[in-house]
Amino acid sequence: MAIETDQQPPVGLSRVAVSETHGEDSPYFAGWKAYDENPYDESKNPSGVIQMGLAENQVSFDLLEEFLKQHSEASIWGNKISGFRENALFQDYHGLQSFRKAMASFMEQIRGGRAKFDPDRVVLTAGATAANELLTFILADPGDALLVPTPYYPGFDRDLRWRTGVKIVPIHCDSSNNFQVTPQALEAAYNNAEAMNIKVRGVLITNPSNPLGTTIQRSVLEEILDFVTRKNIHLVSDEIYSGSVFSSSEFVSIAEVLEARNNKGSERVHIVYSLSKDLGLPGFRVGTIYSYNDKVVTTARRMSSFTLISSQTQHLLASMLSDKEFTQNYIETNRERLRKRYGMIIQGLRVAGIECLQGNAGLFCWMNLSPLLETPTREGELALWNSILHEVKLNISPGSSCHCSEPGWFRVCFANMSEQTLEVALDRIHQFMKRRCDKEKLGHV
Amino acid sequence: MLSRKATFNSHGQDSEYFLGWEEYEKNAYHEVDNPSGIIQMGLAENQLSFDLLESWLAQNPDAAGFKRDGESIFRELALFQDYHGLPAFKKALVEFMSEIRGNKVSFDQNKLVLTAGATSANETLMFCLANSGEAFLLPTPYYPGFDRDLKWRTGVEIVPIQCSSSNGFQITESALEEAYQQAQKRNLKVKGVLITNPSNPLGTTTSRDELNLLVNFITAKGIHLISDEIYSGTVFDSPGFVSIMEVLMDRNYMNTEVWKRVHIVYSLSKDLGLPGFRVGAIYSNDVAVVSAATKMSSFGLVSSQTQYLLSVMLSDKKFTKNYVSENQKRLKQRHQMLISGLQNAGIDCLKSNAGLFCWVDMRHLLSSNTFEAEMELWKKILYDVRLNISPGSSCHCTEPGWFRVCFANMSEDTLNLALQRIKAFVDSLSTTNNNQSRHQSNKNQRRKSFTKWVFRLSFRDREASER
Repeated sequence: MAIETDQQPPVGLSRVAVSETHGEDSPYFAGWKAYDENPYDESKNPSGVIQMGLAENQVSFDLLEEFLKQHSEASIWGNKISGFRENALFQDYHGLQSFRKAMASFMEQIRGGRAKFDPDRVVLTAGATAANELLTFILADPGDALLVPTPYYPGFDRDLRWRTGVKIVPIHCDSSNNFQVTPQALEAAYNNAEAMNIKVRGVLITNPSNPLGTTIQRSVLEEILDFVTRKNIHLVSDEIYSGSVFSSSEFVSIAEVLEARNNKGSERVHIVYSLSKDLGLPGFRVGTIYSYNDKVVTTARRMSSFTLISSQTQHLLASMLSDKEFTQNYIETNRERLRKRYGMIIQGLRVAGIECLQGNAGLFCWMNLSPLLETPTREGELALWNSILHEVKLNISPGSSCHCSEPGWFRVCFANMSEQTLEVALDRIHQFMKRRCDKEKLGHV
Repeated sequence: MLSRKATFNSHGQDSEYFLGWEEYEKNAYHEVDNPSGIIQMGLAENQLSFDLLESWLAQNPDAAGFKRDGESIFRELALFQDYHGLPAFKKALVEFMSEIRGNKVSFDQNKLVLTAGATSANETLMFCLANSGEAFLLPTPYYPGFDRDLKWRTGVEIVPIQCSSSNGFQITESALEEAYQQAQKRNLKVKGVLITNPSNPLGTTTSRDELNLLVNFITAKGIHLISDEIYSGTVFDSPGFVSIMEVLMDRNYMNTEVWKRVHIVYSLSKDLGLPGFRVGAIYSNDVAVVSAATKMSSFGLVSSQTQYLLSVMLSDKKFTKNYVSENQKRLKQRHQMLISGLQNAGIDCLKSNAGLFCWVDMRHLLSSNTFEAEMELWKKILYDVRLNISPGSSCHCTEPGWFRVCFANMSEDTLNLALQRIKAFVDSLSTTNNNQSRHQSNKNQRRKSFTKWVFRLSFRDREASER
């Protein structure tokens, strides 16, 4: 039986579906492929590729596992008949109150009690990925822009732009002042957007910074806050690495700056947080938006319907994060271990003749290989990255994938492997540098 | 200061429909603490089979305890954020979906995309299949949440396929054509049709004829078809559930262009009663859709903790077989309870064989055949009878007087109480009618006698239950 068609070509997919804005065809992801095809294993594949491009925190799992052992009711609902049932039915987009309270208090603890968080302003999302996209939907219309300091997390290209239709206009930072944001750079970015007839809706900063591994100084935060106030735009502060600062006194949250100003003008400020980095739980999908703006809180809450956190997971983490003794100990121990790891990698690199940006936070360091570039260009950087991937068998992230304006910088993760593996990686780098040095001596460059 | 999406009302949450929820929150029924409170009958939850889940959990503590074969896999799960999903979970899920369809259809786990609930799945499919400003056709009445899920952030429009009680609200060829023409008139490019099978709010499975009609329609128009099958496990009576996949296979449509334009949405929120766990899925035969949707799922992944628990549970075939059949049995029983209780009060329902609710015909209780009268009745039922039910207008029904009443989200006792209240309400209406209607028409006389007769019947029943 022939079907009569209306002579129209079949509809395809949406523009969003076929666009490349998800960014997954960039070299950043090619390294992942190489790793997947030949992953390092201490015993089974000692010459495989070591993954140093993944910002995971694997140094403190023992603390979490110990907690779970002591508190089985957190994961198996205990003997209360209603426990499971109630939890399984709970899909309220306000989120489990006990969990929101625990989150707010955990965020306060991380900031050494220097800022207060109201649990009713905590909106839950399935990861910071969702939180950032959600905020972008709320703060900007398609075609508008957010200003983001470079270098920035490659995932932002997808998270902030793909489905929202919002643009990113970079705030260029460079090594001359340790990649700090300056008022001039802010103005330049804003004017740049204006020149392209693009309406700027806000600034998005990551503090501590990914990929730099540094906290933003108080004075810079003040400048940024003044800037967004002058331009009457929003400020999103992605503080997902706030618990990974090596020394507690060095992190200043935008929340603290606001409190010092008596929260004046705070309705334009929104903070993103997640447990993926500080607690090492990326699989559980736990993100939050904390907004000082009532309308944003209400709207974000409603929108979170598209990205709720499993109530099973909320229950588990409410139990864990409400235990103040546990969280205090975790924060301090985790901090100490990360500091130690950082020290290890910096020292190892220095011995190999490589310098890094002076960092004080995060799960990675910002390594300067510009002296090694054949040509001080993006191509030169990618060529170097390729040799490191295929000769040295290390997957690290090239600065260009983070939109860094200066070629030669690389982000190298240190917390997603064992100490032994890190030693192996450092040794390989050492050998690589030695070979290059020898080559130079013999004039074989 | 905020975006247009944030400023305008398209999330739909300021509608009167949500008033019911608010009132319920303020005065919720509780057997002991608040026996005269509002009974929630507007929430399509499945609370009938938790005992089966609870006993399984008690016998399988490792699943929730992050253990596999006695060994802790906490670390592995905590780090697992691959948007391709836990392979063991996807395998178990597609097999479960197959089982629900009597194994007449089999699914490939590589064509399945996991999302944080069907809410996320439906929105993601819109982002994948339609541009902002384009449209999808939906049969009315439909789930009120679609107005938010399909339109809010995507900018996609919904154009209704008007269905009527004259044929049990089934989809007809002319209704489909009419909707398509309407879209053209509004200058909207139609990208597809979205059906919910079994239907919410009707509680009926889509017939084979309707499914064939839909296949013909999307073939002719060259558009997509989304079949939201989240209630597929709740079919408790004949004619049984026919999946769109089955129809396509019967017509030998595999690997055709049309085959690639049919997509299924599933979730464990209704069949397994786990809405809090946020487990949804998109199934598509188009690799481009699977690829795009997989990447988009980054914005709403299922917690690995939950994926693991459910992979163990759904891999237990003995459990799933028993669960599915026992759950259906209980739903059938509850459904029967509701419709008899309503019949007792002189109220009919659309004949249904699935879902967690009935589509109730209260047209005869309206003061006039208008939506204003429907709202009036709904408010009376909310404030006087103290039941929160869903008015048909909130589901975009074209005929006033229909209401969706849920039956699986409460205990049997509570349902009985709700039925008693309805009965008393209807009786009070007829009493009022009696007092006011000295000079009524024949039609009303007949209605009165019917009501008196029903009153007598139920009085006997009530005595029986009090014994």
